[in-house]
Amino acid sequence: MNAVATETGVTAARAPARGPRRRWTRFLLPAYTFAFILYLSFPIFVIILFSFNDTDTGFGTAPRVKTTWSGFTTIWYQRLFDIPDLTTALEHSLLIAFASSLVAAALGALIGLALARYRYRGKGATNLVIFLGISSPEIVLGAALASFFVSLGLPRGLGTLFVSHVMFSIPFAAVVVRARAAGLDRSLEDAAMDLGAGPIVTFLKVTLPLIFPGILAAWLLAFALSMDDFVISQFVQGPSTMFPTWVFGATKVGIPPHVFVFATLIFLGGLVLAVVQILVSRRRPT
Amino acid sequence: MERHLPPDLHDLRPRGRRPGRAAAPYALLAPGGLWLILLFIVPMVAMASLALQEGSALEGYHLTWRFANFADVTSKNWEFLLRSLRNGAIVTVVALVLAYPIAYWIAFYGGRFKSVFLFALLLPFFVSFVIRTVSWSFILSDDGIVFGTLKSIGLLPEDYRVLGTTFAVLAGITYNLLPFTILPLYVSLERIDRSLVEAAKDLYASRAAAFRKIVIPLSLPGVFAAILLTSIPATGDYINASVLGGPGTAMIGNIINVEFLRARDYPEAAALAFILMAVMLIGAIVYARVLGTEEITT
Repeated sequence: MNAVATETGVTAARAPARGPRRRWTRFLLPAYTFAFILYLSFPIFVIILFSFNDTDTGFGTAPRVKTTWSGFTTIWYQRLFDIPDLTTALEHSLLIAFASSLVAAALGALIGLALARYRYRGKGATNLVIFLGISSPEIVLGAALASFFVSLGLPRGLGTLFVSHVMFSIPFAAVVVRARAAGLDRSLEDAAMDLGAGPIVTFLKVTLPLIFPGILAAWLLAFALSMDDFVISQFVQGPSTMFPTWVFGATKVGIPPHVFVFATLIFLGGLVLAVVQILVSRRRPT
Repeated sequence: MERHLPPDLHDLRPRGRRPGRAAAPYALLAPGGLWLILLFIVPMVAMASLALQEGSALEGYHLTWRFANFADVTSKNWEFLLRSLRNGAIVTVVALVLAYPIAYWIAFYGGRFKSVFLFALLLPFFVSFVIRTVSWSFILSDDGIVFGTLKSIGLLPEDYRVLGTTFAVLAGITYNLLPFTILPLYVSLERIDRSLVEAAKDLYASRAAAFRKIVIPLSLPGVFAAILLTSIPATGDYINASVLGGPGTAMIGNIINVEFLRARDYPEAAALAFILMAVMLIGAIVYARVLGTEEITT
């Protein structure tokens, strides 16, 4: 009697408890994800917010970001190019990113095509080199490149930055284009050839348009990798400072607010590029 | 060998129809491949050679095949090597535990907003690595927007600090590498056939059992890729240790960086970088053997 009572009591207690408990776990994961997105974006919010912070302009001394809020201003946006070294560093970064991403996307795309479309002797070695290029610690790549340039007695500067940035971007570009090219229908190319197109015409009129979203993605990725790169640049830049290495150097003495403004603008630029990329890849579904 | 194949097998891929077919992959590979050989393989060899040299920054270095360099730098920098490996391991585990539930929820319950959630997760990473780290040092600074506020309302003692501690370094590395953890996890979780989970539940598996016996095993390739992509950069990192760290948080990357660029002790820096590469490579090759390189790099 007593046992039965507890038995029913337990089931009765459990049945209603189950609903809320499940709803609670169902709420937990999305809440956690949203909280995490906020946590990840927090440093960016802080940068954007403090790019509008009215710090002391301090006559004679260069302005530094302050950790306390002292009023809204757009003065740093107006004085964006006040620090010549920083402007030069940003120009270097943009120049290297633009040039190296174009070359890396082209060379990487060719490798990606070879990997996706052909069986050949040495394919395993190609895959291994690409895997190593992606998975080597950046500091090792930087030290290796610097060792190479030192051994050659080559002065380090924009030239070494360019060839190094192309090098570390090629494997990523190759992987992106390979993924795109692997999903293509080969019969389209065969059809073009059967209709009398030569290999070059087929490549330009059929293959290239089909893998173009992949090449665009590879170019954007290479651009982002180059803009973001710090470690390899620090090893191979010599006297030509890049944007990230300039900022890193400034951490020792205090960051001017202009850095936060540039970071905000780069963030918005990246956002626009990413949206464009998504729209382009939507237009040509795989 | 090939001569013994039946003749029709030779004709599976007609050789004569498109002339130069066999040369095509090599023509595609040549420019990028040469670039990688000249600026990836050769520099690795140059670094290995530099690691075996003797001399001084003033008089120059000469190749003397001094293998003892490796032993010397290892015993000299044992502390930093161990700290780097430890930090790499902690960051990888923490990032995995933090990222898995998110990747799982987006892959299984994200619905048509999947790409929106992923985009929101990756958005912060449009800003440069260095600037994100600088922003954290700004946020975590002793009188910064978090701790300065908490101190001024008396919730924290005045001498409380996070910036400069190992915790700050670990948190910084974890933050910076989270995309490399989340993305491979998401990709492998997204691929899982939902009907397998339904089938498990039809066979009276509880939600927890279905998760443990179906979802986790099927997501293991993603877990392995995430471990690889997180642990390698985490172990080699030195920006977080120099921006967010303090005395006693230096990692092996800091030593390589200082020895190469400031002390110009190229053999020591090269030998250390070589050791780091070897340690990471052994791990990576074991993984590649288990999974195949194709799986990891895609």
